[in-house]
Amino acid sequence: MTTTLSTQPRQTLPQLRRLQRLAGAVIMRPLARGWNMQRRWIDGRPTQQVAAQFIKPNDRLTSFERIEIYNKQYWFRLIDCLIEDFPGLQAVLGRPRFNVLARAYLDQCPSRSFSLRNLASRLVPFLQKNPRLIAPRRELALDMAKFEWAQIVAFDGPALPALTVDDLLGKPPAKLRLALQPYITVLKLNYPLDTYALKLRQHAVRNDASNAIEERRANSKSASKKRRPPLPRPKTVHVVVHRHNNSLYYKRIDPQAHKLLTALRDGLPLQRALRVALGPRGNPSIAGQWFETWSSLGWFCKPSH
Amino acid sequence: MPANRFNAHTQLGIGIGLRIPHYNHILKNKPQVDWFEIISENYMCDAGRPLAVLDQILEQYEVIQHGVSLYFGSTDRFDREQLKRLKTLVKRTKTPFLSDHLCWGSADGTYTHDLLPVPYTFAAVRNTARRVREVQDFLEIPIIVENVSSYAEFHASEMTEWQFLTEVVEAADCGILLDVNNIYVSSKNHNFDPYEYLNNIPHHRVGQMHIAGHSKYEKYILDTHDHPVLDPVWKMYAHAIRKCGPTSTLLEWDAHIPSFEEVHREALKARKFLDAVQKTPDDRTLAAATAATA
Repeated sequence: MTTTLSTQPRQTLPQLRRLQRLAGAVIMRPLARGWNMQRRWIDGRPTQQVAAQFIKPNDRLTSFERIEIYNKQYWFRLIDCLIEDFPGLQAVLGRPRFNVLARAYLDQCPSRSFSLRNLASRLVPFLQKNPRLIAPRRELALDMAKFEWAQIVAFDGPALPALTVDDLLGKPPAKLRLALQPYITVLKLNYPLDTYALKLRQHAVRNDASNAIEERRANSKSASKKRRPPLPRPKTVHVVVHRHNNSLYYKRIDPQAHKLLTALRDGLPLQRALRVALGPRGNPSIAGQWFETWSSLGWFCKPSH
Repeated sequence: MPANRFNAHTQLGIGIGLRIPHYNHILKNKPQVDWFEIISENYMCDAGRPLAVLDQILEQYEVIQHGVSLYFGSTDRFDREQLKRLKTLVKRTKTPFLSDHLCWGSADGTYTHDLLPVPYTFAAVRNTARRVREVQDFLEIPIIVENVSSYAEFHASEMTEWQFLTEVVEAADCGILLDVNNIYVSSKNHNFDPYEYLNNIPHHRVGQMHIAGHSKYEKYILDTHDHPVLDPVWKMYAHAIRKCGPTSTLLEWDAHIPSFEEVHREALKARKFLDAVQKTPDDRTLAAATAATA
């Protein structure tokens, strides 16, 4: 061990823990309007006074200004991360309202995971509890949040060994249970977000390409906003968000197919799931075609229980 | 290259960070690169494209893991799931050693996702060293810790940053990933002599170096990794390899990422310094290399 430079009493581990708690609270505290650090601390004291307790000033910056760099970085980084993961939700709400939503979400649901991949894992339930944040387009925004979270899951979610025909042979349909791959999400949406998402992506690619070859004109932002695809009109669609050969796909399915997959996902045996989906007089041959496609995509695996 | 026990006796040369915009170029053209550094967290997933790409890279290249979320300086307990995922990835990449930062970033299980400076205290030394040893024991490969850039200093600090780094690596018996740009950035933000830092660390523990670009603001410098390496950092790098020997070096470029060729060309500028030290480690040769790079 080398020598200490200080003659003050040495810090203890509990003091270190308390210091990190306080610094963390300052850094993660929501920014004020104008994206600056709040001038008042939660107990009404000037934040400068709180910062000065543990941060040294230097010849250019006060304690407040030095910790403010981290406070801003925290919010900018995490909001950028949400923007990257939820471009569709941002398109539905517009950037200012998306920022309000992101700030509220991160304030109430700060990251509890080492990975930023999981940052939005609680966004859908949060929006369900806080519908004012997505008013007046609540249904559209909530659908979009579900749809975009499903894409995160499909991108790198776990895959279990896919069931083969041999796994199914000889199994009575009344007892046979099939599970869906964990990376698959089956959705009933009130808007055709699969086609809207593709339009948004094409729009983004076109914008990126034009930005790469020419300077942005002063009015290009407003021009870009005008060119953005119009929001979709209501129309119920059934979509499976999945991946195949490590690429992300959205697959439209029939309402009956949606019922069948949902029933299987919920753990019903195959025979009951078919009855739920097709009704007592339904034509099982259509389900045969579905199963052929779904099995070829590797959607089924053994139930974990 | 100084192969030592902290970098598992490897001599890697000059590497660059594996970044998504370069995936297609690398997989299609298979450029000659000494090694790639990956951000561990980007591949600590269950399946999908990240791991598929990584597997293709591993078929062709040496890969070293670099992490951003172990937060050796935090007082929290480790997330066991995180460590298990990290070990799974270590087995996949066969990284001979692993690096992460000498910083904290979480409190009571809430993550800032930032690399926050630790107060340089003896309590923090003991806490940090214990956590480094815990990870090293669990992963069963050497750990090297990277000095971070910082914009704030704590009243509580009991020593300088380089003393703190030295205390931690000696107490943990681990290596150093010496980020020369970070030293430069912090030296400007905190008014210290970066060469005093470079002269007073245990050089035999340096297992790897990082170089990068930064951004100057009116009152401080930010470590942005979005520029070529600036001249003062190249000069410090020359000094660092004179002290440590020609060490495996990586160029970090994480924002406004240019073409693969441009990043690689910038990284290969380090070759002149490494070659100069390997052939004739004298000041005149290194000075010539610095002038040539500038």
